[in-house]
Amino acid sequence: MGLFYQLGYGVEIMIKIIGLEKTFDGIEVLRGLNLTISEKEVIAVIGRSGEGKSVLLKHLLGLIKPDRGSILIEGEDITRAGSREMDKIREKFGVVFQGGALFDSLTVYGNVAFPVREKTKLAKEEVRERVIRALEIVGLRGMGNKYPAEISGGMQKRVALARALITEPSIVLFDEPTTGLDPIILNSIHRLIKRTHKEYGFTGLIISHEIPEIFDVADRVAMLHNGVIVEIGTSEEIRNSSNPAVRQFITGSMEGPIEVLS
Amino acid sequence: MKTLLRMLGSWFLSKLSRLGRMFLFLMNAFYFIFVPPFKFNIFLRQLRFLGSKSMVVILLTGSFAGMVLAIQLFYTLRKFGSEALLGPAIALSLIRELGPVLSALMVTGRAGSSLTAEIGIMRITEQIDALTAMALNPMRYLIVPNIVAGIIAFPLLAFIFDLIGIYGGYLVGVDLLGINPGTYFSQMTNFVDMEDIRMGLYKSASFGVIVSWVSCYKGFNAGYGAEGVSKATTEAVVMSSVLILIWDYFINSVMV
Repeated sequence: MGLFYQLGYGVEIMIKIIGLEKTFDGIEVLRGLNLTISEKEVIAVIGRSGEGKSVLLKHLLGLIKPDRGSILIEGEDITRAGSREMDKIREKFGVVFQGGALFDSLTVYGNVAFPVREKTKLAKEEVRERVIRALEIVGLRGMGNKYPAEISGGMQKRVALARALITEPSIVLFDEPTTGLDPIILNSIHRLIKRTHKEYGFTGLIISHEIPEIFDVADRVAMLHNGVIVEIGTSEEIRNSSNPAVRQFITGSMEGPIEVLS
Repeated sequence: MKTLLRMLGSWFLSKLSRLGRMFLFLMNAFYFIFVPPFKFNIFLRQLRFLGSKSMVVILLTGSFAGMVLAIQLFYTLRKFGSEALLGPAIALSLIRELGPVLSALMVTGRAGSSLTAEIGIMRITEQIDALTAMALNPMRYLIVPNIVAGIIAFPLLAFIFDLIGIYGGYLVGVDLLGINPGTYFSQMTNFVDMEDIRMGLYKSASFGVIVSWVSCYKGFNAGYGAEGVSKATTEAVVMSSVLILIWDYFINSVMV
């Protein structure tokens, strides 16, 4: 599959980021980032904490406007979109936030049902069916009455995934979906992402630093370093990369181009 | 000298732009008050939160405010031999001034602070971003219901404060200090006009806007972590209280 994406044969381009630049308080976070994601592809962006991975994701959602550069979603430049057009584009997205970002005043059921209730005019019964199905897919059947504070971190991530998928979005963004979870839950979340990808067929962008587990989930892996994508390729290519920054990151070495606080 | 001026200038500019942002926030909220869809259920929940859950505080402070007023005014009025005017004096000070101001300050402490904390936590846990990402306007869901609830709840609370305060004044004035009960109320109807009641209404409605606006704004723009939320909460309470008194002065000087 990876080869097809690289050559661009027979696949539509879903997201195209061109020369994205962003500076916060004089610190350059993104310095001309380029990235192209094809339809139904799952891409993982890896890189050290504080490299601007979440900033990249917030740009895609239009929560931050770039200083320069453009982001095309199915050919439409979202950096020039007004708030109403942006809302139209956002309807294509499902997002799994870092901490889950579940509404803590609502139950698990209420959280998953929320986007459907607010965005569609489905009858109560239909909403119910959809929510129950989504909860079943993420393995949380019967947990609907619990509040987010009453369930574990791993379960919260699952609920967040169910909430992101319930509107059947064409693009799903994952902001470190497994950070802070134990290895078993981590693998189960990764498996869940793969399974739901098969089921819903979305285009996925996963922000992660789970090495090496992420290699099994993503079709391609991109390494963000110093505000640009320094290397992008299939998991195999990244594993065997000769780029010193990539090598240092995936081996977790202290020596190399990535600065380490001593 | 030059650097001092520059520092002063940039300080002034940053304050000014912050004020501008706050004002735009309010205008944005007002816009969404009139543009459907309306979130009626959330509005009702917030009305309950700001209004009915503030009742105990209002009843307590209202009754004691009235009782204190009765004692103070009684001794002042007695010096002029006009104790008979105790009723209207209490009623007028409560309806025109103390009811709206004190009840607004009380609700700021009780509900404004927790409003800021709640919205601030939603901000730092990315719940507000989640709303935006779902193409749902957080203004509509979090801010507008609170501002409308403030406009409705504050005057009602102020009137309850007035009522219980007048009764507290009655207890002290009539039962303790020996004023004739008939005088207490009949003089009141002579001196209190609809104009006074209307003034109290306008005042407390505008305080409702101030408190919900400042509390929501501070929470919505809370900084990072627990510290950011706690700072936002403190700022919201201080700023609301100060603004209530400043605005009160302006209203008084214009409307009297």
